[in-house]
Amino acid sequence: MLKTFPKGGIHPPENKLTAEKGIKRMAVPKVVTVPIAQHIGIPAEIVVDKKDKVEIGQVIAKSGGFVSSNIHSPVAGTVTKIDQIIDTSGYKKQCIVIRTDAKNEANFVETEYPLLTEIKLESKEIVKKIADFGVVGLGGATFPSHVKLNVKEGVKLDYLIINGVECEPYLTADHRLMLEKTAEIIVGIKILMKALNIDKAIIGIENNKKNAINQFKELTKNEPGIQVAALQVKYPQGGEKQLVRAILGREVPKNGLPMDVGVVVNNVGTVFAVYEAIQHNKPLMERVVTVTGKKMENPSNFWVKIGTPIKDLIAEVGGIPEGTRKLVNGGPMMGKAIKNTDVPVTKGTSGILLIDENEASRGEAKNCIRCGECVFVCPMGLEPHLLMNLSEKGLYEKASNEDIMTCIECGSCSYVCPSHRPLLDYIRFGKSIVKKLETSKN
Amino acid sequence: MSQPIIVSASPHVHSDRTSKKLMYDVVIALIPAFLVSLYVFGIGAFIVTAAAVISCIVFEYLIQKFLLKSEVTIGDGSALITGMLLAFNLPSGIPIWMIIVGSLFAIGVGKLSFGGLGFNIFNPALVGRVFLLISFPVQMTTWPTAIENQTVLADAVTGATPLGLIKEGLMFGETMTNISANLPSNLEMFLGLSGGSIGEMSALALLIGGIYLLARKVITWHIPITMLVTMAVMTGIFWLINPESYASPLIHILSGGALLGAFYMATDLVTSPMTKKGMVIFAIGIAVITVVIRLFGAYPEGVSFAILIMNAFVPLINTYFKPRRFGSKIKAKIV
Repeated sequence: MLKTFPKGGIHPPENKLTAEKGIKRMAVPKVVTVPIAQHIGIPAEIVVDKKDKVEIGQVIAKSGGFVSSNIHSPVAGTVTKIDQIIDTSGYKKQCIVIRTDAKNEANFVETEYPLLTEIKLESKEIVKKIADFGVVGLGGATFPSHVKLNVKEGVKLDYLIINGVECEPYLTADHRLMLEKTAEIIVGIKILMKALNIDKAIIGIENNKKNAINQFKELTKNEPGIQVAALQVKYPQGGEKQLVRAILGREVPKNGLPMDVGVVVNNVGTVFAVYEAIQHNKPLMERVVTVTGKKMENPSNFWVKIGTPIKDLIAEVGGIPEGTRKLVNGGPMMGKAIKNTDVPVTKGTSGILLIDENEASRGEAKNCIRCGECVFVCPMGLEPHLLMNLSEKGLYEKASNEDIMTCIECGSCSYVCPSHRPLLDYIRFGKSIVKKLETSKN
Repeated sequence: MSQPIIVSASPHVHSDRTSKKLMYDVVIALIPAFLVSLYVFGIGAFIVTAAAVISCIVFEYLIQKFLLKSEVTIGDGSALITGMLLAFNLPSGIPIWMIIVGSLFAIGVGKLSFGGLGFNIFNPALVGRVFLLISFPVQMTTWPTAIENQTVLADAVTGATPLGLIKEGLMFGETMTNISANLPSNLEMFLGLSGGSIGEMSALALLIGGIYLLARKVITWHIPITMLVTMAVMTGIFWLINPESYASPLIHILSGGALLGAFYMATDLVTSPMTKKGMVIFAIGIAVITVVIRLFGAYPEGVSFAILIMNAFVPLINTYFKPRRFGSKIKAKIV
């Protein structure tokens, strides 16, 4: 029996159209737009001015606090604008616009890095370097990685879990990375193990990526500390709490973190970024992005510079197909719909999904028929129908007592509701109000 | 992109299940039992079912259109199910006007007075059925017997249901051994060749439909299996203690409305609990009340009453039997 989390979950059609497509390198864009808030936490502080010349990998915005991250220039060029520009969130955010210098060779050299397995740095140095090099969680949450590695005194950790689940339909960025950079990721895992002083790591991969599972098993044969866990395919297994439960049987306490049960979780993409930062001094300034959609001519996976406009990616796969009605930054379950294609790729962009008219509109919401389906699928053991009802009626205190804040917004409830009720919309709304009320109380 | 881009919150995909599909799955599941009733009762079963279905849909339309002036929802399939289930709970020889009155009560009082689909506390079909049972006890318990009446419409030969025979016999001090001589065999009951309401005839047909509902995931096993097992255990205890005064569990399961109730009415999505724990409690409650009525009450059959009584407890059950919140009990075992 393959492992999985026991409570809730759904099986949306996988639609992994790009699973066989190797990662291609996108041409360097003429202009990059780099937001200074690409991570959870405090936005970075801009340290360049208009007209400044910048080199590849130069820090252009410095970490604004402990939970923050450095931002590096993904190209060599000139800063042309520092302004409020709409990013993938749909809001205007402070961005640094850099015009690529077409004459600077550094922009076009493709360095082939040899595999470096020897880890020279000590634990503290690793954590510092990860912070300096702007590594954040690439699974979607973009939580600054060094924060996770700063373990408080007295906290006992015994497992590092590597998230290679990629349970979102359509997305294959992590899958391809696991296939193409297996050895590098294993070194990255060892770096993190050293940083955390943990001697056991487990890579969790869903069983729809058998080739990745086999490859990791093969390459970790002589690594007694590193195991591979093949997992049943079930959404949202990539959720931290679900993954820890699935692999170790440990339940992260309500409002707690994996650290509370002795675990640190990192995404495979993050682990690769850690490898590049530590072994090759390469800051996080590019990532793998899946560009996909059912009607797309040639859906593919790309290495993309942070700040590349999404329209460049779409042009690369043959343009926007006829009948496209929705553009999603991320996967179909948790991704964000965006309005235009000028917005840039950021550290958190795992995919660009185009949805055609058959699937773009929501069904008309009907009466709740009290089938309980939302309760059965909720991986957090919540009652989405109740939370929606309470939010709708403005009963926020009750919603809070019903644990609305523990919702991970996976969308399973809205996905299954046979009456097409906007469950998650109302829960999100309720959460935002409860959060405000809680902050005003404190 | 000729049409505007849609921007909405995630998730951006939806499962292909809709309320309507769920409803029509229930209708499909009822077809085997309906076919058996046509075979057993002939045209009478067809007339009763058609009358109930048509009047339920018509009343829903009329009330929504002219009285409530709200959206007309007759297309969602729920009125169709109410009609079918009401018919399945009626004897085949019942006068048509009574069916119409029962349908009006089921839809008008049982469903729309609460606010329509999703807001009703009681199973509408059972509300209609029990209303008729209390108002017209004679007609509601006049059971044309099987087979012989296939082609006969009026003045059919009537007989009692197996449970009715047992109740009557025991009241007159007969022993089960003597009563059993007049009962159909278990096999006959299983196939549907005994007396009773239109839809409760064939255990086999009801099971086929029930398995369909389980396979299509319209229902889960929690309610039907818990209810039937609890009934079997309870009646089994009494039967083991005194087989001359109590019928066997097999008779209790195969006869009357046990299977119809367990698979099609107790499982009604709207009026059953929304958690699996709650469903189990709910089903145990139905089984206990049913058995108490059957063994000690005045009525030979109690499934309808039991379901309605437990329907009233559903809001309470939903409040007290919640799913376990993830992380509410820490079971960390750090090695």
